[in-house]
Amino acid sequence: MSGVSLALLTGILREHLDSRAASWLDDAIAAVKSDAGAVRTWFPAAARKVGTASLDVRDHDGGEPWSADEAARTALLAALGARVTEEIDDLYRYGDAAERRAILRSLHLLPVGDAATTLVLDALRTNDERLVAASLGPYAVDHLDDSSLRQAVLKCVFMGIPLARIPDLETRADAELARMLAAYAHERVAAGRDVPNDVWPWIDRFPPEAELAAIADELHANAHSRRRAAAAALAQHDASRRRN
Amino acid sequence: MRIFEPHAHMTSRTTDDYEAMAAVGVKAIVEPAFWLGQPRSSVGTFVDYFNSLLGWEPFRASQFGIAHHCAIALNPKEANDPALRDGVLELLPRYLVKDRVVAVGEVGYDAMTPEEDQVLAAQLALGIEHDLPVLVHTPHRDKLAGVRRSIDVVRESGLPPERVLLDHNNELTVREAKDSGCWVGFSIYPNTKMDEDRMVAVLREEGTDRMVINSAVDWGRSDPLKVAKTANAMHQAGFSEDEIDKVVWRNPIAFYGQSGRLQLEQGEEATETFAGNSILRGEKAG
Repeated sequence: MSGVSLALLTGILREHLDSRAASWLDDAIAAVKSDAGAVRTWFPAAARKVGTASLDVRDHDGGEPWSADEAARTALLAALGARVTEEIDDLYRYGDAAERRAILRSLHLLPVGDAATTLVLDALRTNDERLVAASLGPYAVDHLDDSSLRQAVLKCVFMGIPLARIPDLETRADAELARMLAAYAHERVAAGRDVPNDVWPWIDRFPPEAELAAIADELHANAHSRRRAAAAALAQHDASRRRN
Repeated sequence: MRIFEPHAHMTSRTTDDYEAMAAVGVKAIVEPAFWLGQPRSSVGTFVDYFNSLLGWEPFRASQFGIAHHCAIALNPKEANDPALRDGVLELLPRYLVKDRVVAVGEVGYDAMTPEEDQVLAAQLALGIEHDLPVLVHTPHRDKLAGVRRSIDVVRESGLPPERVLLDHNNELTVREAKDSGCWVGFSIYPNTKMDEDRMVAVLREEGTDRMVINSAVDWGRSDPLKVAKTANAMHQAGFSEDEIDKVVWRNPIAFYGQSGRLQLEQGEEATETFAGNSILRGEKAG
Protein backbone atom coordinates (compact mmCIF):
# COMPACT_ATOMS: atom_id res chain seq x y z
CA MET A 1 0.00 0.00 0.00
CA SER A 2 1.25 3.48 -0.80
CA GLY A 3 0.96 6.46 1.51
CA VAL A 4 3.54 8.47 3.37
CA SER A 5 4.48 7.37 6.90
CA LEU A 6 3.85 9.60 9.88
CA ALA A 7 7.58 9.77 10.67
CA LEU A 8 8.49 10.89 7.15
CA LEU A 9 5.66 13.42 6.99
CA THR A 10 6.41 15.07 10.33
CA GLY A 11 10.15 14.96 9.57
CA ILE A 12 9.68 16.91 6.36
CA LEU A 13 7.30 19.30 8.10
CA ARG A 14 9.86 19.97 10.85
CA GLU A 15 12.57 20.73 8.29
CA HIS A 16 10.24 23.29 6.76
CA LEU A 17 9.15 25.11 9.94
CA ASP A 18 10.97 28.11 11.41
CA SER A 19 11.66 28.06 15.14
CA ARG A 20 8.50 29.96 16.05
CA ALA A 21 6.22 27.64 14.10
CA ALA A 22 8.11 24.61 15.40
CA SER A 23 7.63 25.71 18.99
CA TRP A 24 3.91 26.30 18.34
CA LEU A 25 3.67 22.74 17.03
CA ASP A 26 5.49 21.40 20.13
CA ASP A 27 3.13 23.30 22.40
CA ALA A 28 0.11 22.09 20.45
CA ILE A 29 1.17 18.46 20.58
CA ALA A 30 1.89 18.69 24.31
CA ALA A 31 -1.46 20.37 24.97
CA VAL A 32 -3.37 17.72 23.03
CA LYS A 33 -1.50 14.89 24.75
CA SER A 34 -2.41 16.19 28.19
CA ASP A 35 -6.01 17.08 27.31
CA ALA A 36 -7.65 15.58 24.22
CA GLY A 37 -10.35 18.29 24.19
CA ALA A 38 -7.66 20.91 23.56
CA VAL A 39 -7.46 19.68 19.97
CA ARG A 40 -10.70 21.59 19.32
CA THR A 41 -8.88 24.92 19.60
CA TRP A 42 -5.34 24.02 18.47
CA PHE A 43 -6.37 22.08 15.37
CA PRO A 44 -8.32 24.91 13.67
CA ALA A 45 -5.43 27.38 14.33
CA ALA A 46 -2.75 25.35 12.55
CA ALA A 47 -2.73 27.05 9.16
CA ARG A 48 -2.09 30.52 10.53
CA LYS A 49 0.71 29.19 12.74
CA VAL A 50 2.61 26.88 10.38
CA GLY A 51 1.52 28.25 7.01
CA THR A 52 0.04 26.48 4.02
CA ALA A 53 3.11 25.94 1.84
CA SER A 54 3.34 22.78 -0.24
CA LEU A 55 5.84 20.28 1.16
CA ASP A 56 7.92 18.06 -1.05
CA VAL A 57 6.05 14.91 -0.08
CA ARG A 58 3.16 12.98 -1.62
CA ASP A 59 1.35 9.75 -0.82
CA HIS A 60 2.27 8.35 -4.22
CA ASP A 61 3.61 9.50 -7.59
CA GLY A 62 0.87 11.58 -9.17
CA GLY A 63 -0.72 12.39 -5.80
CA GLU A 64 -1.17 15.88 -4.41
CA PRO A 65 1.68 17.26 -2.32
CA TRP A 66 0.96 17.55 1.39
CA SER A 67 0.75 21.12 2.71
CA ALA A 68 2.35 22.31 5.94
CA ASP A 69 -0.98 22.85 7.68
CA GLU A 70 -2.24 19.41 6.66
CA ALA A 71 0.93 17.82 8.01
CA ALA A 72 0.72 19.79 11.28
CA ARG A 73 -2.93 18.90 11.72
CA THR A 74 -2.11 15.27 11.09
CA ALA A 75 0.55 15.46 13.80
CA LEU A 76 -2.07 16.81 16.22
CA LEU A 77 -4.52 14.04 15.37
CA ALA A 78 -1.78 11.46 15.79
CA ALA A 79 -0.94 12.97 19.19
CA LEU A 80 -4.45 12.02 20.33
CA GLY A 81 -3.48 8.37 20.06
CA ALA A 82 -6.42 6.05 20.63
CA ARG A 83 -8.58 9.00 21.72
CA VAL A 84 -8.65 10.26 18.14
CA THR A 85 -11.86 8.28 17.59
CA GLU A 86 -13.57 10.38 20.29
CA GLU A 87 -12.70 13.68 18.63
CA ILE A 88 -12.39 13.13 14.91
CA ASP A 89 -16.09 13.09 13.97
CA ASP A 90 -16.76 16.44 15.62
CA LEU A 91 -13.54 17.96 14.28
CA TYR A 92 -14.81 17.00 10.85
CA ARG A 93 -18.37 18.11 11.46
CA TYR A 94 -17.38 21.56 12.69
CA GLY A 95 -14.34 21.81 10.42
CA ASP A 96 -13.83 24.23 7.55
CA ALA A 97 -12.68 22.93 4.17
CA ALA A 98 -8.97 22.98 5.08
CA GLU A 99 -9.58 21.16 8.38
CA ARG A 100 -11.68 18.56 6.62
CA ARG A 101 -9.05 18.06 3.95
CA ALA A 102 -6.40 17.48 6.62
CA ILE A 103 -8.61 14.94 8.40
CA LEU A 104 -9.37 13.09 5.18
CA ARG A 105 -5.71 12.97 4.15
CA SER A 106 -4.54 11.78 7.58
CA LEU A 107 -6.83 8.77 7.94
CA HIS A 108 -4.35 6.10 6.86
CA LEU A 109 -1.95 7.37 9.54
CA LEU A 110 -4.41 7.19 12.45
CA PRO A 111 -5.72 4.30 14.58
CA VAL A 112 -9.30 4.77 13.41
CA GLY A 113 -10.03 1.30 12.02
CA ASP A 114 -12.99 1.18 9.66
CA ALA A 115 -14.96 3.85 11.51
CA ALA A 116 -13.71 6.80 9.48
CA THR A 117 -15.22 5.40 6.28
CA THR A 118 -18.31 7.49 7.11
CA LEU A 119 -16.20 10.67 6.84
CA VAL A 120 -14.92 9.60 3.42
CA LEU A 121 -18.47 8.92 2.28
CA ASP A 122 -19.60 12.30 3.58
CA ALA A 123 -16.83 14.04 1.63
CA LEU A 124 -17.76 12.08 -1.47
CA ARG A 125 -21.33 13.40 -1.17
CA THR A 126 -20.11 16.99 -1.44
CA ASN A 127 -19.64 18.84 -4.68
CA ASP A 128 -16.39 20.36 -3.46
CA GLU A 129 -13.51 18.95 -5.46
CA ARG A 130 -11.02 19.86 -2.74
CA LEU A 131 -12.81 17.47 -0.40
CA VAL A 132 -13.47 14.79 -2.99
CA ALA A 133 -9.81 14.75 -4.03
CA ALA A 134 -8.59 14.69 -0.42
CA SER A 135 -10.95 11.87 0.49
CA LEU A 136 -9.56 9.51 -2.14
CA GLY A 137 -6.28 8.70 -0.44
CA PRO A 138 -4.79 5.39 0.72
CA TYR A 139 -7.45 5.00 3.43
CA ALA A 140 -10.34 5.23 0.96
CA VAL A 141 -8.73 2.85 -1.50
CA ASP A 142 -8.28 0.40 1.38
CA HIS A 143 -11.70 0.79 2.97
CA LEU A 144 -14.40 1.71 0.43
CA ASP A 145 -16.51 -1.15 -0.83
CA ASP A 146 -16.42 -1.88 -4.57
CA SER A 147 -19.57 0.02 -5.41
CA SER A 148 -18.59 3.15 -3.46
CA LEU A 149 -15.10 3.09 -4.93
CA ARG A 150 -16.45 2.90 -8.48
CA GLN A 151 -18.87 5.75 -7.79
CA ALA A 152 -15.98 7.78 -6.41
CA VAL A 153 -13.92 7.19 -9.54
CA LEU A 154 -16.83 8.27 -11.73
CA LYS A 155 -17.27 11.33 -9.55
CA CYS A 156 -13.63 12.28 -10.16
CA VAL A 157 -14.19 11.98 -13.90
CA PHE A 158 -17.25 14.24 -13.64
CA MET A 159 -15.39 16.81 -11.56
CA GLY A 160 -12.22 16.82 -13.65
CA ILE A 161 -10.06 15.34 -10.89
CA PRO A 162 -7.28 13.35 -12.64
CA LEU A 163 -7.60 9.64 -11.93
CA ALA A 164 -3.84 9.55 -11.38
CA ARG A 165 -4.59 11.25 -8.05
CA ILE A 166 -6.07 8.01 -6.69
CA PRO A 167 -3.34 5.77 -5.21
CA ASP A 168 -3.21 2.10 -6.16
CA LEU A 169 -6.32 2.31 -8.32
CA GLU A 170 -4.95 -0.65 -10.27
CA THR A 171 -5.62 -2.81 -7.21
CA ARG A 172 -9.32 -1.92 -7.27
CA ALA A 173 -10.21 -1.31 -10.93
CA ASP A 174 -12.57 -4.00 -12.20
CA ALA A 175 -14.76 -4.89 -15.16
CA GLU A 176 -17.78 -3.05 -13.76
CA LEU A 177 -15.75 0.15 -13.44
CA ALA A 178 -14.60 -0.29 -17.05
CA ARG A 179 -18.22 -0.69 -18.15
CA MET A 180 -19.34 2.40 -16.25
CA LEU A 181 -16.53 4.51 -17.68
CA ALA A 182 -17.23 3.29 -21.22
CA ALA A 183 -20.97 3.98 -20.80
CA TYR A 184 -20.04 7.48 -19.68
CA ALA A 185 -17.77 7.92 -22.71
CA HIS A 186 -20.71 6.88 -24.91
CA GLU A 187 -22.98 9.36 -23.17
CA ARG A 188 -20.45 12.15 -23.82
CA VAL A 189 -20.17 11.19 -27.50
CA ALA A 190 -23.97 11.07 -27.89
CA ALA A 191 -24.04 14.61 -26.49
CA GLY A 192 -21.45 15.69 -29.06
CA ARG A 193 -18.89 16.31 -26.31
CA ASP A 194 -15.31 15.29 -25.72
CA VAL A 195 -14.30 12.41 -23.47
CA PRO A 196 -11.76 12.89 -20.64
CA ASN A 197 -8.54 11.30 -21.81
CA ASP A 198 -7.63 9.44 -18.64
CA VAL A 199 -10.60 7.04 -18.71
CA TRP A 200 -9.27 4.91 -21.57
CA PRO A 201 -6.53 2.96 -19.72
CA TRP A 202 -9.09 1.87 -17.12
CA ILE A 203 -11.60 0.91 -19.83
CA ASP A 204 -8.94 -1.15 -21.58
CA ARG A 205 -8.17 -3.25 -18.51
CA PHE A 206 -11.50 -5.04 -19.06
CA PRO A 207 -12.78 -3.89 -22.48
CA PRO A 208 -16.61 -3.80 -22.37
CA GLU A 209 -17.65 -4.90 -25.85
CA ALA A 210 -21.20 -3.56 -25.97
CA GLU A 211 -20.29 -0.08 -24.78
CA LEU A 212 -17.28 0.19 -27.09
CA ALA A 213 -19.37 -0.98 -30.04
CA ALA A 214 -22.00 1.62 -29.17
CA ILE A 215 -19.33 4.34 -29.32
CA ALA A 216 -18.16 3.07 -32.73
CA ASP A 217 -21.80 3.07 -33.93
CA GLU A 218 -21.96 6.80 -33.21
CA LEU A 219 -19.75 7.25 -36.32
CA HIS A 220 -22.99 6.69 -38.24
CA ALA A 221 -25.26 8.92 -36.13
CA ASN A 222 -27.53 11.44 -37.86
CA ALA A 223 -26.14 14.44 -36.02
CA HIS A 224 -22.81 15.71 -37.28
CA SER A 225 -21.77 16.63 -33.73
CA ARG A 226 -22.17 13.00 -32.62
CA ARG A 227 -20.16 11.64 -35.58
CA ARG A 228 -17.41 14.15 -34.91
CA ALA A 229 -17.31 13.36 -31.18
CA ALA A 230 -17.19 9.63 -31.96
CA ALA A 231 -14.25 10.04 -34.32
CA ALA A 232 -12.38 12.12 -31.76
CA ALA A 233 -13.07 9.62 -28.96
CA LEU A 234 -11.99 6.64 -31.04
CA ALA A 235 -8.77 8.41 -32.10
CA GLN A 236 -8.08 9.18 -28.44
CA HIS A 237 -8.75 5.57 -27.52
CA ASP A 238 -6.31 4.31 -30.19
CA ALA A 239 -3.63 6.71 -29.01
CA SER A 240 -4.15 5.56 -25.42
CA ARG A 241 -3.80 1.90 -26.45
CA ARG A 242 -0.57 2.64 -28.32
CA ARG A 243 0.86 4.37 -25.25
CA ASN A 244 0.03 1.59 -22.82
CA MET B 1 -45.26 32.74 -24.22
CA ARG B 2 -46.31 31.20 -20.90
CA ILE B 3 -43.88 28.95 -19.08
CA PHE B 4 -44.36 26.48 -16.25
CA GLU B 5 -40.87 25.79 -14.87
CA PRO B 6 -41.22 22.26 -13.51
CA HIS B 7 -37.87 22.02 -11.69
CA ALA B 8 -35.92 24.94 -10.21
CA HIS B 9 -34.03 25.19 -6.90
CA MET B 10 -34.89 28.83 -6.28
CA THR B 11 -33.49 28.68 -2.74
CA SER B 12 -30.08 28.97 -4.41
CA ARG B 13 -31.03 31.86 -6.69
CA THR B 14 -31.33 35.60 -6.29
CA THR B 15 -34.45 37.71 -6.43
CA ASP B 16 -33.12 39.10 -9.73
CA ASP B 17 -33.51 35.62 -11.16
CA TYR B 18 -37.22 35.61 -10.31
CA GLU B 19 -37.53 38.97 -12.02
CA ALA B 20 -35.70 37.76 -15.15
CA MET B 21 -37.78 34.58 -15.27
CA ALA B 22 -41.02 36.54 -15.00
CA ALA B 23 -39.85 38.79 -17.84
CA VAL B 24 -39.52 35.84 -20.26
CA GLY B 25 -42.93 34.39 -19.36
CA VAL B 26 -42.42 32.13 -16.35
CA LYS B 27 -45.74 32.10 -14.51
CA ALA B 28 -45.31 29.08 -12.26
CA ILE B 29 -42.49 27.10 -10.69
CA VAL B 30 -42.12 23.80 -8.90
CA GLU B 31 -39.15 23.71 -6.54
CA PRO B 32 -38.28 20.14 -5.58
CA ALA B 33 -36.47 19.51 -2.31
CA PHE B 34 -32.90 18.52 -2.86
CA TRP B 35 -29.49 18.84 -1.24
CA LEU B 36 -27.65 22.08 -0.75
CA GLY B 37 -24.26 21.49 -2.32
CA GLN B 38 -22.72 20.34 0.91
CA PRO B 39 -24.13 17.65 3.13
CA ARG B 40 -26.40 18.66 6.00
CA SER B 41 -25.50 17.44 9.46
CA SER B 42 -28.85 17.34 11.25
CA VAL B 43 -32.54 16.68 10.73
CA GLY B 44 -33.41 20.15 12.02
CA THR B 45 -31.96 21.83 8.95
CA PHE B 46 -34.48 19.92 6.84
CA VAL B 47 -37.31 21.44 8.88
CA ASP B 48 -36.04 24.93 8.12
CA TYR B 49 -35.49 24.04 4.48
CA PHE B 50 -38.98 22.58 4.00
CA ASN B 51 -40.50 25.58 5.81
CA SER B 52 -38.63 27.88 3.46
CA LEU B 53 -39.95 25.99 0.43
CA LEU B 54 -43.48 26.49 1.76
CA GLY B 55 -43.15 30.02 3.09
CA TRP B 56 -40.34 32.28 2.03
CA GLU B 57 -39.89 31.07 -1.56
CA PRO B 58 -43.60 31.30 -2.51
CA PHE B 59 -43.51 34.81 -1.12
CA ARG B 60 -40.42 35.82 -3.07
CA ALA B 61 -41.93 34.35 -6.25
CA SER B 62 -45.28 36.05 -5.71
CA GLN B 63 -43.59 39.46 -5.81
CA PHE B 64 -43.07 38.82 -9.52
CA GLY B 65 -46.41 37.20 -10.23
CA ILE B 66 -44.97 33.69 -10.18
CA ALA B 67 -46.93 30.88 -8.53
CA HIS B 68 -44.43 28.83 -6.52
CA HIS B 69 -45.08 25.21 -5.56
CA CYS B 70 -42.78 22.58 -4.19
CA ALA B 71 -42.08 18.89 -4.00
CA ILE B 72 -40.94 17.44 -0.67
CA ALA B 73 -38.66 14.45 -0.12
CA LEU B 74 -35.40 13.16 1.25
CA ASN B 75 -32.93 13.45 -1.63
CA PRO B 76 -30.99 10.36 -2.77
CA LYS B 77 -27.58 11.65 -1.77
CA GLU B 78 -28.51 12.28 1.86
CA ALA B 79 -30.53 9.07 1.97
CA ASN B 80 -27.10 7.52 2.49
CA ASP B 81 -26.48 9.39 5.73
CA PRO B 82 -27.66 7.26 8.66
CA ALA B 83 -27.77 10.35 10.90
CA LEU B 84 -30.47 11.86 8.68
CA ARG B 85 -32.36 9.06 7.01
CA ASP B 86 -34.93 7.93 9.55
CA GLY B 87 -35.47 11.38 11.06
CA VAL B 88 -36.21 13.01 7.72
CA LEU B 89 -38.45 10.17 6.56
CA GLU B 90 -40.46 10.63 9.77
CA LEU B 91 -40.91 14.34 8.98
CA LEU B 92 -42.27 13.83 5.49
CA PRO B 93 -45.89 12.94 6.33
CA ARG B 94 -46.29 16.30 8.09
CA TYR B 95 -45.29 18.12 4.93
CA LEU B 96 -46.81 15.98 2.19
CA VAL B 97 -50.31 17.06 3.24
CA LYS B 98 -49.72 20.77 2.68
CA ASP B 99 -51.46 22.88 0.05
CA ARG B 100 -48.56 23.83 -2.16
CA VAL B 101 -46.86 20.44 -2.10
CA VAL B 102 -47.63 19.08 -5.56
CA ALA B 103 -45.35 16.03 -5.62
CA VAL B 104 -42.99 13.81 -3.69
CA GLY B 105 -39.50 14.72 -4.91
CA GLU B 106 -36.72 14.66 -5.75
CA VAL B 107 -36.38 10.99 -4.97
CA GLY B 108 -34.28 8.54 -6.94
CA TYR B 109 -30.71 7.34 -7.19
CA ASP B 110 -27.34 8.97 -6.71
CA ALA B 111 -24.85 6.15 -6.15
CA MET B 112 -27.42 3.31 -6.40
CA THR B 113 -26.77 1.99 -2.89
CA PRO B 114 -29.04 -0.39 -0.93
CA GLU B 115 -29.94 2.58 1.32
CA GLU B 116 -31.10 4.52 -1.73
CA ASP B 117 -33.19 1.52 -2.84
CA GLN B 118 -34.93 1.45 0.51
CA VAL B 119 -35.56 5.21 0.72
CA LEU B 120 -36.82 5.38 -2.87
CA ALA B 121 -39.27 2.56 -2.30
CA ALA B 122 -40.49 4.15 0.95
CA GLN B 123 -41.08 7.49 -0.77
CA LEU B 124 -42.86 5.97 -3.78
CA ALA B 125 -45.19 4.43 -1.20
CA LEU B 126 -45.69 7.90 0.31
CA GLY B 127 -46.73 9.09 -3.16
CA ILE B 128 -49.46 6.47 -3.21
CA GLU B 129 -50.52 7.17 0.37
CA HIS B 130 -50.76 10.94 -0.15
CA ASP B 131 -52.15 10.73 -3.68
CA LEU B 132 -49.22 12.71 -5.06
CA PRO B 133 -47.21 12.30 -8.26
CA VAL B 134 -43.49 11.61 -7.79
CA LEU B 135 -40.49 13.38 -9.32
CA VAL B 136 -37.64 10.89 -9.82
CA HIS B 137 -34.11 12.23 -10.23
CA THR B 138 -31.92 9.91 -12.33
CA PRO B 139 -28.24 9.66 -11.42
CA HIS B 140 -25.39 11.46 -13.14
CA ARG B 141 -23.03 8.52 -12.80
CA ASP B 142 -23.96 5.31 -14.66
CA LYS B 143 -27.07 7.06 -15.95
CA LEU B 144 -28.61 4.46 -18.26
CA ALA B 145 -28.31 1.76 -15.60
CA GLY B 146 -29.85 4.22 -13.12
CA VAL B 147 -32.81 4.97 -15.37
CA ARG B 148 -33.47 1.26 -15.88
CA ARG B 149 -33.31 0.57 -12.16
CA SER B 150 -35.62 3.52 -11.45
CA ILE B 151 -38.18 2.20 -13.94
CA ASP B 152 -38.03 -1.24 -12.31
CA VAL B 153 -38.57 0.19 -8.83
CA VAL B 154 -41.48 2.34 -10.05
CA ARG B 155 -43.08 -0.78 -11.54
CA GLU B 156 -42.67 -2.70 -8.30
CA SER B 157 -44.12 0.20 -6.29
CA GLY B 158 -47.57 -0.09 -7.83
CA LEU B 159 -47.59 3.63 -8.62
CA PRO B 160 -49.06 4.11 -12.12
CA PRO B 161 -46.28 5.25 -14.48
CA GLU B 162 -48.22 8.35 -15.53
CA ARG B 163 -47.85 9.60 -11.96
CA VAL B 164 -44.05 9.52 -12.22
CA LEU B 165 -41.72 11.97 -13.94
CA LEU B 166 -38.26 10.56 -14.68
CA ASP B 167 -35.97 13.56 -14.83
CA HIS B 168 -32.55 14.44 -16.29
CA ASN B 169 -32.81 12.25 -19.38
CA ASN B 170 -30.57 12.40 -22.43
CA GLU B 171 -30.24 10.90 -25.91
CA LEU B 172 -29.37 7.48 -24.54
CA THR B 173 -32.16 7.20 -21.95
CA VAL B 174 -35.12 8.89 -23.63
CA ARG B 175 -36.43 5.85 -25.47
CA GLU B 176 -36.58 3.54 -22.46
CA ALA B 177 -37.94 6.32 -20.24
CA LYS B 178 -40.71 7.02 -22.71
CA ASP B 179 -41.54 3.35 -23.23
CA SER B 180 -42.00 2.99 -19.46
CA GLY B 181 -45.12 5.17 -19.61
CA CYS B 182 -43.62 7.72 -17.22
CA TRP B 183 -43.29 11.42 -17.98
CA VAL B 184 -39.87 12.24 -19.37
CA GLY B 185 -37.95 15.26 -18.09
CA PHE B 186 -34.87 16.98 -19.47
CA SER B 187 -32.65 19.52 -17.74
CA ILE B 188 -31.17 22.16 -20.03
CA TYR B 189 -27.81 23.32 -18.70
CA PRO B 190 -24.99 25.57 -19.91
CA ASN B 191 -22.26 22.90 -19.90
CA THR B 192 -23.60 19.59 -18.68
CA LYS B 193 -26.84 17.62 -19.08
CA MET B 194 -28.77 18.75 -22.22
CA ASP B 195 -28.46 21.92 -24.31
CA GLU B 196 -31.10 23.67 -26.41
CA ASP B 197 -30.14 22.26 -29.80
CA ARG B 198 -29.79 18.69 -28.59
CA MET B 199 -33.18 19.05 -26.89
CA VAL B 200 -34.77 20.17 -30.15
CA ALA B 201 -33.23 17.14 -31.90
CA VAL B 202 -34.68 14.81 -29.24
CA LEU B 203 -38.14 16.40 -29.53
CA ARG B 204 -38.01 15.97 -33.31
CA GLU B 205 -37.23 12.28 -32.98
CA GLU B 206 -39.41 11.40 -29.99
CA GLY B 207 -42.30 13.87 -30.29
CA THR B 208 -43.76 16.07 -27.54
CA ASP B 209 -46.06 13.66 -25.71
CA ARG B 210 -45.18 13.36 -22.00
CA MET B 211 -42.03 15.46 -22.58
CA VAL B 212 -41.12 18.11 -20.02
CA ILE B 213 -38.13 20.48 -19.98
CA ASN B 214 -36.64 22.39 -17.08
CA SER B 215 -33.66 24.53 -16.15
CA ALA B 216 -33.01 22.65 -12.86
CA VAL B 217 -31.21 25.77 -11.67
CA ASP B 218 -29.32 25.41 -8.42
CA TRP B 219 -26.11 26.68 -6.82
CA GLY B 220 -23.99 25.39 -9.72
CA ARG B 221 -23.47 26.82 -13.18
CA SER B 222 -27.02 26.90 -14.47
CA ASP B 223 -29.36 29.33 -16.21
CA PRO B 224 -32.92 30.13 -15.05
CA LEU B 225 -33.88 31.19 -18.59
CA LYS B 226 -33.06 27.87 -20.24
CA VAL B 227 -36.70 26.81 -20.71
CA ALA B 228 -37.42 30.06 -22.57
CA LYS B 229 -34.25 29.65 -24.61
CA THR B 230 -35.20 26.10 -25.54
CA ALA B 231 -38.69 27.29 -26.50
CA ASN B 232 -37.03 29.82 -28.80
CA ALA B 233 -34.84 27.10 -30.29
CA MET B 234 -38.00 25.03 -30.91
CA HIS B 235 -39.59 28.02 -32.62
CA GLN B 236 -36.57 28.49 -34.87
CA ALA B 237 -36.59 24.78 -35.68
CA GLY B 238 -40.16 25.08 -36.95
CA PHE B 239 -42.21 23.77 -34.01
CA SER B 240 -45.65 25.41 -33.85
CA GLU B 241 -46.66 27.71 -30.99
CA ASP B 242 -49.15 25.05 -29.90
CA GLU B 243 -46.44 22.37 -29.67
CA ILE B 244 -44.18 24.74 -27.72
CA ASP B 245 -47.02 25.61 -25.35
CA LYS B 246 -47.64 21.91 -24.83
CA VAL B 247 -44.02 21.26 -23.78
CA VAL B 248 -43.41 24.35 -21.64
CA TRP B 249 -46.89 24.80 -20.13
CA ARG B 250 -49.55 22.13 -20.62
CA ASN B 251 -47.36 19.06 -20.08
CA PRO B 252 -45.93 20.08 -16.68
CA ILE B 253 -49.41 21.20 -15.59
CA ALA B 254 -50.87 17.86 -16.65
CA PHE B 255 -48.22 16.08 -14.60
CA TYR B 256 -48.28 18.16 -11.40
CA GLY B 257 -52.01 18.80 -11.76
CA GLN B 258 -52.52 15.17 -10.77
CA SER B 259 -51.91 16.38 -7.21
CA GLY B 260 -55.08 18.48 -7.37
CA ARG B 261 -53.10 21.16 -5.53
CA LEU B 262 -51.83 23.55 -8.24
CA GLN B 263 -52.85 27.15 -7.54
CA LEU B 264 -51.89 28.96 -10.70
CA GLU B 265 -54.16 31.97 -10.22
CA GLN B 266 -52.42 32.99 -6.99
CA GLY B 267 -49.30 33.96 -8.88
CA GLU B 268 -51.07 37.01 -10.22
CA GLU B 269 -51.61 38.76 -6.91
CA ALA B 270 -48.38 39.62 -5.16
CA THR B 271 -48.63 39.73 -1.39
CA GLU B 272 -47.24 42.87 0.11
CA THR B 273 -45.32 41.50 3.02
CA PHE B 274 -44.07 38.26 4.41
CA ALA B 275 -43.68 38.15 8.20
CA GLY B 276 -43.32 41.90 8.11
CA ASN B 277 -40.71 42.00 5.34
CA SER B 278 -41.16 42.99 1.76
CA ILE B 279 -38.43 42.09 -0.63
CA LEU B 280 -39.68 44.76 -3.01
CA ARG B 281 -38.53 47.37 -0.52
CA GLY B 282 -34.81 47.10 -0.84
CA GLU B 283 -34.06 48.93 2.39
CA LYS B 284 -35.78 46.27 4.45
CA ALA B 285 -34.27 43.27 2.69
CA GLY B 286 -31.74 41.12 4.55
